[in-house]
Amino acid sequence: MPKVMIPTPLRQYTDKKESVEVAGATVGEILGALTTTYPDLKKNLYNDEGKLRSFVNVYVNDEDIRYLSKDKTEVAAADTVTIVPSIAGGR
Amino acid sequence: MQLSKEEIQRYSRHLIMPEVGMDGQLKLKQAKVLLVGTGGLGSPMALYLAAAGIGTIGLVDFDVVDFSNLQRQVIHGTKDVGKPKIDSAIESMLDINPFINVVRHETALKSENALDIIKDYDLVADGTDNFPTRYLVNDACVLLKKPNVYGSIFRFEGQSTVFAYPGGPCYRCLYPEPPPPGLVPSCAEGGVLGILPGVVGLIQATEVVKLILGAGEPLVGRLMLYDALGMKFRELKLRRNPECPVCGDHPTVTKLIDYEQFCGIPAAPPPQPAGGALAMGEIDAKGLKSKMDAGDKFVLLDVREPHEFQIGRIPGSILIPLGELPKRYAELDPEADMVVHCKMGGRSAKAIDYLKTVGFSKLTNLKGGITAWSDQVDPSVPKY
Repeated sequence: MPKVMIPTPLRQYTDKKESVEVAGATVGEILGALTTTYPDLKKNLYNDEGKLRSFVNVYVNDEDIRYLSKDKTEVAAADTVTIVPSIAGGR
Repeated sequence: MQLSKEEIQRYSRHLIMPEVGMDGQLKLKQAKVLLVGTGGLGSPMALYLAAAGIGTIGLVDFDVVDFSNLQRQVIHGTKDVGKPKIDSAIESMLDINPFINVVRHETALKSENALDIIKDYDLVADGTDNFPTRYLVNDACVLLKKPNVYGSIFRFEGQSTVFAYPGGPCYRCLYPEPPPPGLVPSCAEGGVLGILPGVVGLIQATEVVKLILGAGEPLVGRLMLYDALGMKFRELKLRRNPECPVCGDHPTVTKLIDYEQFCGIPAAPPPQPAGGALAMGEIDAKGLKSKMDAGDKFVLLDVREPHEFQIGRIPGSILIPLGELPKRYAELDPEADMVVHCKMGGRSAKAIDYLKTVGFSKLTNLKGGITAWSDQVDPSVPKY
């Protein structure tokens, strides 16, 4: 099953897990299944219109899905899906 | 320009490497680098770039050294607490290397002054701690065509890349918009491993030196992710977005904007926790003490995390972390008078909003949280 990497700021919504294996053939299916298992994650990933928030990027392996097929990007069983939110800390 | 005998001695480990050599060391000496912030990321950058012999280093900071900085901001020492960070940073840098010139910009970087400050430098390294300044630094660097060496940190994780390099992506290509205020915690709220900014800041410093020397592969078009707990580095591809409002083919942002507004931060900041009048449904620390002394019957609910509760607590409080309230509110009596507190008053306000939705009504927020309790009632309760 594809592995989804959860970034530190969002682990509070995934029972502190840093990665979760989720079944699905596309990014949309995988994130859908993930947010069904962890409903609190949903509002942090999607806006009210159901679109991925613009300070959250999703990568399949090292490619940004915005430059692939977005939600419809295909994901193979050995692929890694990484969620990378914006962080600003520096002090 | 030439190196003095003393400088040749000082930089000998650079001079004997062909990748730097005399030509490279002179490039470093001629270079002008602006560091925005002398905090977690800025400290290691400033120390190492000074040691490496960057001829002119500008510092932008207006903050004062605090004890809670010293766990990671290694350019400042215990003796510097209470002093302007910029003074203590310059002192450390010139102690390491008196052959450099440090330029002080003791101000907050704003839309009004950013272009004027940045224009005199060859490149910028961003060590700030908030979204408005990050978008400001990005846009100013794109407009002035100055590379922006970026790093950011959270708890055990860091990100780094070089933005605004000719032909490369910018911060807005990566993240077109900031998160709404409050959704992503800052280091002050979320914490940060003290060593983390050292690693990330020195990735930035390395890129600064490489850009000046023109050596190696710059971190352009690649986002470096660092996970200290897993001790893993990962690299993701980053592309310039042709539709980017700042660096795209048809830019719509051609001058600096109001970045506080862009980041959804209200123009007038909310009243500070200490001082000021009490709002409806609030009690201050002294009021809470009198209520206790008078023997009033009420529940004191602490909604912080267990590790914060371990640092210090207000006598008689019970702990239910904010995140656990939806599962555990049944442990509380909805008819009881209740004072709710956290560290500063923010999470307790959220807890009160939530408890109201599940039928609680006799709720009071402790203004300024346990921090105000420590300031106004019991200084033996540690602040953190």
